[in-house]
Amino acid sequence: MRPFVFERPTNISAAVALVSSFADGRAPTQADVQFIAGGTNLADYMKLGVARPRRLVDLNDLSEPALRQIRISDGTIRFGALVRMGEAADRGDVKRHCPLLAESLKFAASAQIRNMASLAGNVLQRTRCEYFRETSWPCNKRVPGSGCAAMEGLNRQHAVLGTSDACIATYHGDFAQALIALDAVVDVEGRHGTRQIRFAKLHQLPGDTPDVETDLAADEVITAINVPFSEWSRRSRYLKIRDRESYAFALASAAVALDMDGDTVRQARIALGGVATVPWRARLAEEALVGKRLDQSAAETAADAAFAEAKPRRHNEFKVPLGKRTLVRALIETRDMKV
Amino acid sequence: MNQAAPAPKENMGNPIPRVDAGLKVTGQAGYPADLAVANVAYGVLATSNIAKGRISALRLDKARAMPGVLDIVSVGDMDGVDKPKFGNTGASSIGPLHDRTIFHDGQIIALVVAETFEAAEEGAMQISADYTQETPSASFDSAGAEMEPAAGKSPLFKEDVNAGDFEAAYSTAAVKIDQTYSTPTQHHNPIELFSTTAMWQGDKLTIYEPSQNVTGWKIELARQLNIDPVNVRIVSPYIGGAFGSKGPMTARTAIVAVAARRVRRPVRCVVSRMQAFNTQTYRAETRHRIRIGAGKDGRITAFAHEGWEVTSRPDPYVVGGTSATGRMYDYGSVLTRVSLVHADRNTPGYMRSPPETPYVYALENAMDEMAVALGMDPVQFRRINEPQKEPIGGKPFSSRSLINCYDQAAEAFGWSTRDPAVGSMRDGDWLVGMGCATAIYPTAAAPCAARVRLTADGQVRVQCGSHEIGTGVRTVAAQMAAERLGVDIDKVAVEMGDSALPPAPVSGGSISTASVCSAVLKACEAVREKLFVAAAGNDGPLAGSGNAKLDMTNEKVVTETGKSAKLADVFKAMQIGAIEEYAEFAPNGSSPEALKKLYAGQAEFHGGDQDKDSVKYAFGAEFVEVRINSYTREIRVPRMVGAFAAGRIMNTRTARSQLMGGMIWGIGQALHEATEIDQRHARYVNRDLQDYLVPVNADIKAVDVILVPEVDHEVNPAGVKGLGELGNVGTAAAVASAVYHATGRRIRDLPIRIDDLIT
Ligand SMILES: Cc1cc2nc3c(=O)[nH]c(=O)nc-3n(C[C@H](O)[C@H](O)[C@H](O)COP(=O)(O)OP(=O)(O)OC[C@H]3O[C@@H](n4cnc5c(N)ncnc54)[C@H](O)[C@@H]3O)c2cc1C
Ligand code: SF4
Repeated sequence: MRPFVFERPTNISAAVALVSSFADGRAPTQADVQFIAGGTNLADYMKLGVARPRRLVDLNDLSEPALRQIRISDGTIRFGALVRMGEAADRGDVKRHCPLLAESLKFAASAQIRNMASLAGNVLQRTRCEYFRETSWPCNKRVPGSGCAAMEGLNRQHAVLGTSDACIATYHGDFAQALIALDAVVDVEGRHGTRQIRFAKLHQLPGDTPDVETDLAADEVITAINVPFSEWSRRSRYLKIRDRESYAFALASAAVALDMDGDTVRQARIALGGVATVPWRARLAEEALVGKRLDQSAAETAADAAFAEAKPRRHNEFKVPLGKRTLVRALIETRDMKV
Repeated sequence: MNQAAPAPKENMGNPIPRVDAGLKVTGQAGYPADLAVANVAYGVLATSNIAKGRISALRLDKARAMPGVLDIVSVGDMDGVDKPKFGNTGASSIGPLHDRTIFHDGQIIALVVAETFEAAEEGAMQISADYTQETPSASFDSAGAEMEPAAGKSPLFKEDVNAGDFEAAYSTAAVKIDQTYSTPTQHHNPIELFSTTAMWQGDKLTIYEPSQNVTGWKIELARQLNIDPVNVRIVSPYIGGAFGSKGPMTARTAIVAVAARRVRRPVRCVVSRMQAFNTQTYRAETRHRIRIGAGKDGRITAFAHEGWEVTSRPDPYVVGGTSATGRMYDYGSVLTRVSLVHADRNTPGYMRSPPETPYVYALENAMDEMAVALGMDPVQFRRINEPQKEPIGGKPFSSRSLINCYDQAAEAFGWSTRDPAVGSMRDGDWLVGMGCATAIYPTAAAPCAARVRLTADGQVRVQCGSHEIGTGVRTVAAQMAAERLGVDIDKVAVEMGDSALPPAPVSGGSISTASVCSAVLKACEAVREKLFVAAAGNDGPLAGSGNAKLDMTNEKVVTETGKSAKLADVFKAMQIGAIEEYAEFAPNGSSPEALKKLYAGQAEFHGGDQDKDSVKYAFGAEFVEVRINSYTREIRVPRMVGAFAAGRIMNTRTARSQLMGGMIWGIGQALHEATEIDQRHARYVNRDLQDYLVPVNADIKAVDVILVPEVDHEVNPAGVKGLGELGNVGTAAAVASAVYHATGRRIRDLPIRIDDLIT
């Protein structure tokens, strides 16, 4: 493992100061500095030589209580950035107001990892693309311009939506699908002060610059995630399909929340996991459902719309039919929920 | 008694808990990399990232300059050390630091030794190499891969077995199938990582390394290092997952020994999980073509099994499972042919049931297809083709309880509730499928030595250089000694896993229980004999009991007529404190050289299909239920039942545990496990447990193991058939037939995944 400086600030402004203190006044990069929370993603990539920050700023000693709290008020659930996945998954009121949020966490990783991993770290987890994980392969995300070994290689895990000619890596997180479906907003703090980012704007499509993954600057720390909820978010669920029953990333998943008027859809929120390069809101599928009676055929029409633009590669063609069926199943199961 | 400790039936021993259970679950069992070593330095491997070519330049300067780095052993530093040999004890003939040729991806190019593990790891990351690259051949279909017949290329596979005129019988058969099947590359991922710790004291070398063959390794390592084997000791007290992976010694062991000699300190090298994919042995991918012809009555008249296996460029590693599949049923005529395909890959090696797992998978999947083609119940189809004698050599089976296993497993599983129509069984949104398959594993034994000491206070010490690979061999050896010497098992201490002990064969091929127990039995008989002579002698406490038969129980020597003498009194009469006997066991049919070979680390295997008078196999029948979501097609296995017969069962607890573990692995082989190879570069890409999937607890629901009583005096003195590798033979085929039953899709290439069923 490479030598690095390990900082343990005790409040947010000290943390921000540590990531802003670069002599020449230039904006820091991820090679200069990175935050670490649970470390379940970052420490792994540091060991593999994929992430090589010279300075690590540990967030675990930050003393602001709100960072570790889940507060529910006025139609918003506010998750502190350091809340652990396990805690959020088990909270009764989260389960009640937004089953989707709790399920997306419960079906992720293992109990041990959920006890370590923070919610902010979770949404910022990096792709598991096998060629990204190993430094001896060409990878545009790891080394811009070096090529993409996955494009013509083993790409069963890879994305069919939101891909580019430079990168087809999947965004594997589950929680983010629930957050994008529910229009969450992220609070951040950095050397230029605080701001809010719509969750849908947090992650960036790979395009020509797959190395740029989020809208965050290296000096910006996430402090909280705000999720609006209402009566109808109770009718929501997260369906995750994977190779084994537990402890595996999604081959395809669907986050669904339905606002129903009897049998008819007033409004639908749909996000798709395991199939796209970023957390993926399926707006066309949502639109296809509005005002419709939600039956099998309406669900299938919506699923076709969701995958109309899909671009499968050699080994991941199955993700198109699988993704569609996952969505259809999730829609029907959500419709049938007793709330 | 409970589920984990089944009540013994006829010819079964008690479910005594493992003698080392407490140590294991409390973390006190000392695995080789855990054993404390003073002043140890750490070694980390640097490996190639190409699969074929030559190293033109190796850059070590940056690594040498790292603080804490003590030394680097790299290409050219093996002067005076002989290259490894491929064979019984050597994993591969590739000596990675002997020359600059790269034979496979991830080949060792250097070992960095440092004060700390972290410094060694950083040093290894700093090493880079320039290569003259060539395009590698990854696998079967790659340009440049070379095919040859396997027969005669390895002492383990002398010939293709044949019987009768297959072509004639097949061409006239009323019902026939002709299909191809395949199994993927699979890698060992024991929780205990691979490691070597080397320590020199003068010219004496001690190695701590998880090993299934301490005697063989001692001899082979001494040969490589050009030193006297008496100066080499291999210590492997506990092994955390072996299954063949720790059977052959790899090139690393000598490299670490060389490093320790150079830095004049003990060196410990723990191989990362990723590097283990390339530097250890593995199960290579296989392909099969099977043709079966039968009459309308279901009697098979023609069977052909052709197999193709991948191996490395230099070594002819072959599993050749046709020897078992060719003898499974009453075929009429048999044609088999095994071919090797040499590619730019590391040399494969043993993995639990090396020949049977892939070959029987293909056979049993084909048998199910054939039953469907005949419109016959698959159990009935096997019943009809149950042989009196094996079809190749016409020899009888020493015992064969397959039909009994089918009957008991079918009954427990509820096979009669199965509606044979494809896709007919449902539970809500889930399609239900039921399937079955046969398990078979050859029963072998090998020469083995053991020393048994009994003291006047009833304490027993058993010493045998076998290996506790998790099977419970320590426990059953203790049980054998306790039973023969009439003492409580708590009074028996068993020492194993050290080449300084009496030699035992490699713990592979499910021979350990039979071989070790037979040797321990023999030593115990000699101890008893001495005691009996003394007890019944003129000055003995049982003087005058004449020729009455004596036995030992409750720390006493007892007569048929109920007289008894305390052990202490017999010892007193003998005026000694202990009896120690050294016994050498050699199975029937052993060559005159057999014992010499045991001491040379080359144990001869006997049994299976090798004996003159009969063939010896253990059998089982496995039944599996699958559920497949009718919409999203994920596959789950809510329950399985396996019934197995394997001669004398020494301990119903350890036996059940072995068989259950095998069936669980079988689920992994059916649905999860596969090493993915980037065909362009002949490189593995999923070298970790995130992407190399194995079943997790949630995947395993009800697993029911039935031990079917069987008595077989012919197999060996202990009457034991090995069952360590029996459990995972057949499971994958049972899953494949259940998937077919649920969906109508016949999947012939493992693993079976959503991808196969969704479109
Ligand atoms: C074997 C395994 C299986 C897994 N399976 C799943 C799964 O099924 N589904 C799933 O969703 N996830 C899964 N994960 C991923 C896991 O959920 C993430 O690793 C975890 O959530 C990351 O959280 P962390 O706190 O440990 O992040 P860290 O590793 O500490 O950080 C991750 C990234 O976030 C940044 N970061 C952390 N906190 C902040 C902050 N407050 N502000 C700004 N930047 C920050 C870090 O700089 C780093 O770049 C799995 C992980 C493993 C190892
Ligand atoms: S898919 Fe993206 S992350 Fe994977 S190798 Fe290609 S560029 Fe790298």
